[in-house]
Amino acid sequence: MIRLLVRDLRLAMRAGGGFGLGLAFFLIVTVLVPFGVGPQPELLARIAPGILWLGALLACLLSLDRIFQLDFEDGSLDLLATAPIPMEGVVAVKALAHWLTTGLPLTLAAPVLGVLLSLPGPGYGWLVLSLALGTPALSMIGAFGAALTVGLKRGGLLLSLLVLPLYVPTLIFGTEAARRGAEGLSAGTPLMLMAGITLGAIALLPFAAAAAIRVNLR
Amino acid sequence: MSIWEFANPRRFMGWSGKVVPVVSVLAGVFIAVGLIWGFFFSPDDYRMGSTVKIIYIHVPSAMMAINIWVMMLVASLIWLVRRHHVSALAAKAAAPIGVVMTLIALITGAIWGQPMWGTWWAWDPRLTSFLILFLFYLGYVALWAAIENPDTAADLTTVLCLVGSVFAVLSRYAVLFWNQGLHQGASLSLDKEENVADVFWFPLVTTIVGFILLFVALVLIRTRTEIRARHLKALLARERMG
Repeated sequence: MIRLLVRDLRLAMRAGGGFGLGLAFFLIVTVLVPFGVGPQPELLARIAPGILWLGALLACLLSLDRIFQLDFEDGSLDLLATAPIPMEGVVAVKALAHWLTTGLPLTLAAPVLGVLLSLPGPGYGWLVLSLALGTPALSMIGAFGAALTVGLKRGGLLLSLLVLPLYVPTLIFGTEAARRGAEGLSAGTPLMLMAGITLGAIALLPFAAAAAIRVNLR
Repeated sequence: MSIWEFANPRRFMGWSGKVVPVVSVLAGVFIAVGLIWGFFFSPDDYRMGSTVKIIYIHVPSAMMAINIWVMMLVASLIWLVRRHHVSALAAKAAAPIGVVMTLIALITGAIWGQPMWGTWWAWDPRLTSFLILFLFYLGYVALWAAIENPDTAADLTTVLCLVGSVFAVLSRYAVLFWNQGLHQGASLSLDKEENVADVFWFPLVTTIVGFILLFVALVLIRTRTEIRARHLKALLARERMG
């Protein structure tokens, strides 16, 4: 499983695109927002947590179809299905690899972009914490969506349609935690609820995703 | 004889063919009686005026929008456990009806909200959860439409329905957490004092029964169509073979 993780990470780094693209997309979305709503610092400070969360979510969405698609096309997914490790493990590892190449860099880049949006001082820690706790759920839910659509020719758009409604609870609790943190309120409750969603997703969704992949490989 | 024998496609076609006309007529009668009763023979509400009459469409469609998802969940589970094709097809047939019901509930709600709350739309928990439910329905229908192999489609949509149900409930509570409501609470629960008054209640229940019957009739008709389409495909394939 570790070897699979290393392989996936290496592929993501070398194949180009995936790794930097999500970050660049995140950057562009955040830069475009002030053009859209105007440069007043008070306004930007108020919407900054939401924008950063939304940007991270969309950047995550962008690279989802790469989780299984390439392996499905060149047949390595079939090999993995017959390998001794269970499909659930493969799914979990691939979601982890996706998080390491997308969610983690996004989390680390978020404070820098927070400066651009004049995020208030106390918000940085909560923003990073909420993203660090929430992006694994995004990767895991996304892996489930990718598993559903892996056999389709033009799955990309459908993938967004399936995955975005599933992102609603995570997004709500994540932005709520970041917003409360930025306004200096206590952000513990939404943070814990979101961590619960993340843990639940990590615990249960690999089974659903593995079932979907087995159906798709049939 | 077990209840599952009714799920045999041939037997299903047999009994549903007899049931559909009856249910359709009953649905028409109930809805017509309920609406005419509600529109012309029930008083206006003292606060809401005539706009209260939207309730006879709004509440039944909203109830059906949720219950259709539950029905799809049950049908999907039956498909998962017992592999009855009719069950999967019934779930497929129900989804577009659910889309329409959700849309009706949202639109009538907006029309009602305009004079009452002074706005067509508010990010109220109930309204927002319905919008999210609508998105779930769209994803489900789109997944059915996108996959060519019917068994694969049935399996994948089943998985989506199960996961989607969990996330739909999660979203419901997340949205409650996120914003406080403008929409009133439940108006039809059996154990509360704050139900709607009897003059509104009887025609409302009549239209609700009518909507349920309408849904049953539509699902049966659509499932029959699906079975026929699949039968036709099998016949064509057989012809090509030889």
